[in-house]
Amino acid sequence: MAGLVEQGMKTIEGTIFSSDVRHSALLSRLHLTEEEIAEYTTVLNSILEYFAKLNELDTSQVPPTSHSIKMQNVFREDVTIPSLPVEEALANAPESKANCFKVPRIIQEM
Amino acid sequence: MDYEPVIGMEIHTELQTRSKIFCGCSTAFGAAPNTQVCPVCLGMPGVLPVLNKTALEYAIRTALALHCSITEHTSFDRKNYYYPDLPKNYQISQNYACLGYGGWVEIASGREKKRVGILNVHLEEDAGKNFHPETGGREEYSLVDLNRTGMPLIEIVSAPDLHSVEDAMAYMATLKNLLQYLEVSDCRMQEGHLRFEVNLSLKSRGAQELGTRVEIKNLNSLRTAKRCMEYEILRQTEVLQSGGAVVQETRLWDEAEGGTRAMRSKEYAQDYRYFPDPDLVEFHITKEWKEEIERHLPELQEAKKMRFIREYGLPEYDAAILTSGKPLADYYEACLRIYKNPKMTSNWIMTEFLRELNNREMEPDECPLTPGHLGLLLKLIEQGTISGKIGKQVLAEMLETGNMPDEIVKEKGWVQIRDQKEIEDIIEQVMKENPDIVESIRGGKEKAMSFLVGQVMKKSQGKANPQLVNKILLEKIKSSS
Amino acid sequence: MDAIELTAYEAREKLGKREISSAELVNAVMERIRVVEPKIRAYLTITEDAALKQAKEADQRLSSEDHPPPLTGIPVAVKDNICIRGVRTTCGSKILQNFIPPYNATVIEKLARAGAVFIGKTNMDEFAMGSSTENSAFQITRNPWDLERIPGGSSGGSAACVAADAAFLALGSDTGGSIRGPASYCGIVGMKPTYGRVSRYGLVAYGSSLDQIGPMTKDVKDAALLLSAIAGHDPRDSTSADLSCPDYALACGRDIKGLRIGVPREYFAEGLDKEVEHRVQAAIMHLSGLGAEISEISLPHTEYAIACYYLCAMAEASSNLARYDGAHYGYRTKDAENIIDMYSRTRAEGFGTEVKRRIMLGTYALSAGYYDAYYLKALKVRTLIKQDFERAFENVDLVATPVAPTPAFKIGEKTQDPLTMYLSDIFTISLNLAGMCGISVPCGFSNGGLPIGLQLIADIFKEETLFTAAYAFEQSTDHHKRKPVL
Repeated sequence: MAGLVEQGMKTIEGTIFSSDVRHSALLSRLHLTEEEIAEYTTVLNSILEYFAKLNELDTSQVPPTSHSIKMQNVFREDVTIPSLPVEEALANAPESKANCFKVPRIIQEM
Repeated sequence: MDYEPVIGMEIHTELQTRSKIFCGCSTAFGAAPNTQVCPVCLGMPGVLPVLNKTALEYAIRTALALHCSITEHTSFDRKNYYYPDLPKNYQISQNYACLGYGGWVEIASGREKKRVGILNVHLEEDAGKNFHPETGGREEYSLVDLNRTGMPLIEIVSAPDLHSVEDAMAYMATLKNLLQYLEVSDCRMQEGHLRFEVNLSLKSRGAQELGTRVEIKNLNSLRTAKRCMEYEILRQTEVLQSGGAVVQETRLWDEAEGGTRAMRSKEYAQDYRYFPDPDLVEFHITKEWKEEIERHLPELQEAKKMRFIREYGLPEYDAAILTSGKPLADYYEACLRIYKNPKMTSNWIMTEFLRELNNREMEPDECPLTPGHLGLLLKLIEQGTISGKIGKQVLAEMLETGNMPDEIVKEKGWVQIRDQKEIEDIIEQVMKENPDIVESIRGGKEKAMSFLVGQVMKKSQGKANPQLVNKILLEKIKSSS
Repeated sequence: MDAIELTAYEAREKLGKREISSAELVNAVMERIRVVEPKIRAYLTITEDAALKQAKEADQRLSSEDHPPPLTGIPVAVKDNICIRGVRTTCGSKILQNFIPPYNATVIEKLARAGAVFIGKTNMDEFAMGSSTENSAFQITRNPWDLERIPGGSSGGSAACVAADAAFLALGSDTGGSIRGPASYCGIVGMKPTYGRVSRYGLVAYGSSLDQIGPMTKDVKDAALLLSAIAGHDPRDSTSADLSCPDYALACGRDIKGLRIGVPREYFAEGLDKEVEHRVQAAIMHLSGLGAEISEISLPHTEYAIACYYLCAMAEASSNLARYDGAHYGYRTKDAENIIDMYSRTRAEGFGTEVKRRIMLGTYALSAGYYDAYYLKALKVRTLIKQDFERAFENVDLVATPVAPTPAFKIGEKTQDPLTMYLSDIFTISLNLAGMCGISVPCGFSNGGLPIGLQLIADIFKEETLFTAAYAFEQSTDHHKRKPVL
């Protein structure tokens, strides 16, 4: 097999457990029913199994590409431009009050 | 068992750019809620960030002043978490290629000078503000103002090289001072422009192994930070001495309770899933650019002190105090533009002005007493319109009302009495009322003069010119027999 | 000929000669929409009143100005993930079903300056996640060539309305083939520009390092016309290329003698429908007949492209879609217990299944302990795929491939297993990873009368080469003249 474990790095495993799905759902703020968790676990497993193909490639000497076209040093000058009128800023808010976005009470830290 | 604190600090400072870090909204303080927002900082669908060049330059300036190495190709990463004041539910920050790293700063703690390591300096965007109004038991809600979202922040992370509350206070003061001198931030803590987070653990004195670290947030003033650290050291000591173990957690300073308390335990540890932000490009910081920034650094503390000594002929002691903070130094020079006497201005600032500031716990730029006020006051004293003593009263009055000194003097009728005849009359009256004292002065007891002068000043409600009083009184005593 | 059958270029000429007015064009297109929409359901929002108003202004300019801007009076349809100020922009999702942006995408501002008239927003797979437009939360769009079949995705609505003459020009977006796929399935021209050629400001992000807006049109010249109007540097998009834009229409009509075309052997392996293979090979031979030099090349990492693409795209998407939480805009669940509940239920109710799947996988790929093995690994494979193309372009000017492995499949055929759907992107996906440009141009029909597209790929910022070759090919055939019967 052409794949190598690159200096102790984990490789893609085609196994995702329902606890992983639960954890991902929590991190992504998606409420799932128990049934959905089971469903997703099955589907995601099959997809990840397919993704495990990438392990066949030795990429230990390959740099990552996060931007397909290399660009650098794009700036804007430190000048102000008019902000949105407050009515427009809040026009799409599901709930607002006193020119603020209104949300259910925030419990200390999330 | 003797324990020693090990403290590291994270400082967040809001940069004094005109516009936000990734969009053109104004950064001005105090605007009405949600009036300084645009689709970009609101995180609307389809928007993109573009980096404010000045923010990057300020960050480079800061990193250089902290003796950091500058990452030649710096870039931004997304820090993913959900919070209503963070509309995109990720913060654009730096993680994999922070702008500056491996620096240090020298602090003076007690009588020692020591170096504190700077682990990294990086840029990020600020979040907005949440409010939790009282609803009196009815349906609870929170309100979000996104004006502050997208304000440019520099985060400075220190190594855990601070070993006492004193060290930590010195570090905070040094950094605040430096950031002001670098002109990257006004560091106004009450406006939230400077925030601290403390990481504190205890280790056995002399031992190598570090204790469990506790992170403390929500420190919004230097005084709070001090009380907080003192409390936390005590708390952790008690835990350890009673045989317990310190829990690794995040705690908040609770002003009402006068102590730290643990945040609600989370169901899971926070996983920020940092990855390179695809919407921003890399920033190549060349040697030439760094050198140009270094060449154009504003006048820093030491240079300013030397200039004050040279240009204003001030003694080192004065110069040191006046340059102890940039706002004070600026204040001093602003006064000099109105009243051109460096030494007298210096005296008044070092004594009267600083004392008033300390009493009211104010910064020089928060004081209602502007350089204009003080400069004019000093001019009035120089002209002899009022005495120095009255001047102090005027100062206090100016702080209360904010009125100009000449208006106050006029309104209160505090104009100095310099009329010869008027003074003579008062003196004669005082002499008449105190014949024995007059005799004793004639007899050689010169010290009693001050009593009589005091009486004259009292009778004139302090308005008589003291030099004239002394002169005329002495003449009168010596002349009459 | 009916006004609606005109290409944009032909319509422009007639407008210029005052043989027809913009108002007439808009009315004609609206009438056509009334006839075909019940069948194809390409539009989510139709902005007739605004369009007529814009047409009126356009007609004034056409009569008073000597050189009105290049698209004055031409009706354009816009995919519903591109923001138009004041017009509902849903991205095919319930979570944005009533979102009205207070700002215009840069491409919209450019088109407005070019005089275009906006007639409506087209249907799409939710948040551009899909290859058939079946993932739209609102309606299924049907292929005008066979109403039982998909139009492709995610720009299915834009493809269908152009194919049905229910728009003169349309904008789509392409992250893994979402312009080229539908163009191929619907028998029209669709092009993905080089990454950074067209501003992304105002395009609702799915995979930020992969997304591009591009033209979907009746023929190649129209695509050139539209690209010229929307391309160019945008200071509001840090990833937008600071390069000048040629007049792409000038590339149409140039000779292709000596143009070197590479044909990657990996794209003609098993799994490719025989009819598609036949048509595409014939098209390549045709190009050879026109003077191009054909050679076989290899893009060895092709088989890894899908896994690589989906890992990159899902990871970016999981972060890009985090903002849809009911707090500041969009759908919010009723009766949440607290704020975390509000987030979770809003997103569970507002997103469709495919979107949720991708968000969760993307989150997983970025999470602690998995980042290196999944996301970082994908970024490295991306480098290998990009290098494949860079090496190829050292020896050829263009790469020719099929667009889709089959002609349009039936509605519901591939929805059982997401992987089956993902695999239909096999030929288009590598391009987005590498950042290069590509065009799909009709090259024939299956025996059942379904369109088949030929894909041409060029090196970065070489769109002119694409137009030259595609135009030469198109003009020597008449596939683009065939219309579906509706």
